Amino acid sequence: MSDTLLRISNLKIEGRSDETWMPIIKGIDLELKKGEVLGLIGESGAGKSTVGLAAMGYTRDGVRITDGEVLFDGVDLVKASLPDKRALLGKRIAYVAQSAAASFNPAHKLINQHVEGPVRHGVMSRAESEEDAIRLYERLRLPNPQEIGFRYPHQVSGGQLQRAMTAMAMSCRPDLIIFDEPTTALDVTTQIEVLAAIRDIVDQFGTAAIYITHDLAVVAQMADRIKVLLRGEEVEEASTKEMLSHPKEEYTKSLWSVRSFKRPAKPAIQTDATPVIRLKDVNASYGQTPVLHDVSFDIHEGRTVAVVGESGSGKSTAARCITGLLPPTNGTVELDGEALPADFRRRSKDQLRQIQMIYQMADTALNPRKSVGEIIARPVEFYMGLKGREKRKRVDQLMDQIELPASEFYDRLPSELSGGQKQRVGIARALAAEPKFIICDEVTSALDQLVAEGILKLLAQLQDELKLSYMFITHDLATVRAIADDVVVMKDGRVIEQGPKADMFTPPHHPYTDLLLSSVPEMDPDWLTKLLEERGRDNVGDMATDKMA
Amino acid sequence: MITLLWIIGGLLALLAISWVLRKLAQVVSGNKPLFRDMPLAVAFGYVLGVVVLAFGVWLWFQPNAVFFRWFVQGLAISVVAAYAFRLLGRTIGTKATKKAFRQMPLTASFGFLVILIYAICAIFAGVLAPYGQAEVFQNVNVLPGGNPATGGDPAHLLGTDQIGRDLLTRLIYGAQNTVGIAFATVCLAFLVGGSLGFLAAVFGGWLDNILSRIVDVLMAIPSLIFALLLMTIASAWAGSQQWLLTVYMVLIIALIDSTRVFRLARAVGQSIVVMDYIEAAKLRGEGLGYLIFREILPNATAPLLAELGLRFCFVFLTISALSFLGIGIQPPLADWGTMVRDLAQFINFAAFSPLAAALPLMAAGAIALLTVAVNFVVDWMLHKSSGLKE
Repeated sequence: MSDTLLRISNLKIEGRSDETWMPIIKGIDLELKKGEVLGLIGESGAGKSTVGLAAMGYTRDGVRITDGEVLFDGVDLVKASLPDKRALLGKRIAYVAQSAAASFNPAHKLINQHVEGPVRHGVMSRAESEEDAIRLYERLRLPNPQEIGFRYPHQVSGGQLQRAMTAMAMSCRPDLIIFDEPTTALDVTTQIEVLAAIRDIVDQFGTAAIYITHDLAVVAQMADRIKVLLRGEEVEEASTKEMLSHPKEEYTKSLWSVRSFKRPAKPAIQTDATPVIRLKDVNASYGQTPVLHDVSFDIHEGRTVAVVGESGSGKSTAARCITGLLPPTNGTVELDGEALPADFRRRSKDQLRQIQMIYQMADTALNPRKSVGEIIARPVEFYMGLKGREKRKRVDQLMDQIELPASEFYDRLPSELSGGQKQRVGIARALAAEPKFIICDEVTSALDQLVAEGILKLLAQLQDELKLSYMFITHDLATVRAIADDVVVMKDGRVIEQGPKADMFTPPHHPYTDLLLSSVPEMDPDWLTKLLEERGRDNVGDMATDKMA
Repeated sequence: MITLLWIIGGLLALLAISWVLRKLAQVVSGNKPLFRDMPLAVAFGYVLGVVVLAFGVWLWFQPNAVFFRWFVQGLAISVVAAYAFRLLGRTIGTKATKKAFRQMPLTASFGFLVILIYAICAIFAGVLAPYGQAEVFQNVNVLPGGNPATGGDPAHLLGTDQIGRDLLTRLIYGAQNTVGIAFATVCLAFLVGGSLGFLAAVFGGWLDNILSRIVDVLMAIPSLIFALLLMTIASAWAGSQQWLLTVYMVLIIALIDSTRVFRLARAVGQSIVVMDYIEAAKLRGEGLGYLIFREILPNATAPLLAELGLRFCFVFLTISALSFLGIGIQPPLADWGTMVRDLAQFINFAAFSPLAAALPLMAAGAIALLTVAVNFVVDWMLHKSSGLKE
């Protein structure tokens, strides 16, 4: 028997759009040995997931394989019949999806979904499989492995669910697992646990894996070899070490250099200046549940304050207090030294104008039924009272600023824009109000790295031109390094630490800041191993239980 | 019992045949994926289709199957007319309408054609109809067809009813009365139900609670019985003034149907209100009118339009039903529901004289045709608007 487990040769895939078939994958070759982990990286739309699914002989609706073969252990999955494929899928090839929360059936307990595969394929009896599930949960360091399987998916955290999904993929001891961005939706600290768990279990069982991601630092930890895709074509492939140290192609180099964008930090603040925004002992709660406790920080003119923390730390709630969507129960928000009414409905038009917001999901932030021109024109008309030709002139000017020429984009609908372009329209809408202060809520987290960098550069440039102040909410510390002047670290609704960026990134830190900082994946392939050794294995599991409490 | 066994036995035989045929196809075609991966149910479907088709051909040549032949002929004429209409639309008109016609399926162009014909009938009823809608003639119970040999009369192409009113005239005027009133009712229902539904979605809280509970109460009463009850009261108020009764009927049906619209508008509105762009508009300081009509409404058009198509048909059927029961549109106004009621007993002659049975079927067919046409058009609009989003 040869050493090769999976061989994809000259794979071509087409997708249907607007009544015609467009090529998505234009001839990919791929080879995977037993027990090997291959990283597939590229921007969204590069065809990573399509290749991943094709490796199982599967295509989404409206997508077809036109040429090439997918040889899994001697069987061509492109030509295999449905019953033949069914015998392989789940048993010898398994799949871990990006969103475990969306992939588990919410109506069944975890363990019941876990045993389905083994029982159906006749690998184990139900009782054996349940016992095995508990052992797997233990290996993946899930808290309470005896009991966690008897919970429903909504009763466990996202990171745990992702690990339960990995356990489920392992249930039949497959030869190949396809991981499709398994950690993209998770916080940095949770991501580490999942990565460590996945790597361990893949090592232990000698399972081969295809690891799909857009995060280079993550793939560096996981993969033996890396293949870079761009628009359905292979850019290059090499072993992880070689790829990181000597990328050959220009495109790969550009991917690698994204993380190097950094703007110079501004000089320290003059203490006597009035801050644009000041939060003074703000407390807030949703119903009876308090979410913010005595939060205070200042944001000065022309500066960027990054608010960092995991999900649930209260950073978005602080933004809602500033905008007035959630009136604080206690404490005040000041704009230019004047206290703002707590509820946005009681603020004046001018006060509303001064504070603008850019949203994380550009998809939901733009009305899908309005053209780009209309979206940007509305605040111009509403706040500035411009009409007709003057309004159009101002909109054109704004569209120039976000580098989307009006001649081409004015009449387009949001659905006809890419993610990055949508985010730019969101920025233009905020700028149209000519505000002093803009809240950027995770504005780059849904974007590819190259695109995200473009957005960050644009924001930095606009800040210099227009003397804007930003409150930059993020959980990505690489972004903080790139753009922030000051940093506020939040946890459980409290400000843990704050100060200029330079101070925050040099030790000593608050222990939590330290945890956050050390959890950001680095490009060094040995980073995860070192980190886990430093922290000690058991710690990682404890962190998960901490978070549940 | 025996028949049932025959049917089950026949179906099983078909299943066996389809299995054999699939096997045969697999062998002959050299195991092509089309046949190899074909589930048995699909093969069964093909075989059943062939059998049904053969049955249709056989039925066509039976002397008694007059209605079946009429139906098939009508279907063929519809397809040809729809095709011709689409061809016409593709060659004449502005760039936009030409493009719309190019993308249109046959069903939608048929729907448009029917609606267009109905609209022309309704608007120009006075010009198109050969006689007045209340005009009474000597010849009663003339059969349709206009051929004296089969009991027709060239002066009355579609025949006359029991008291000698020309049916073609009354069908044309019926379009004006029935469709016009249904249209007004449905517009009113959407205006009231839609606005209140969006209002409840935007405000939430107590306003939402009060409105929703009122709607729940109204919906708890069976709608036709509720309408009957209210119409009885209304007829006492209207007294001898017939037009007033019609106005009351519009208001009553609009009220009852607006509850359904309210529920939909509220549900759709609630899912839109949580979007970030609504939050952005609120934070901009926009007023309620702008929020509802400029931000929410454009995103709710697809489901509302689908509801409009259905609602229109229901309203239309309710009016016909009320007229059928004698408390809807009052004589001498022509109305399709009343026509069906007046001529209903002729359906008993279907076995002996298909032409006599056609008398009530013409009005019923007019109702059915419009219902189908509206739904075809709405389906297509929905498809188009959902296609735009992707």
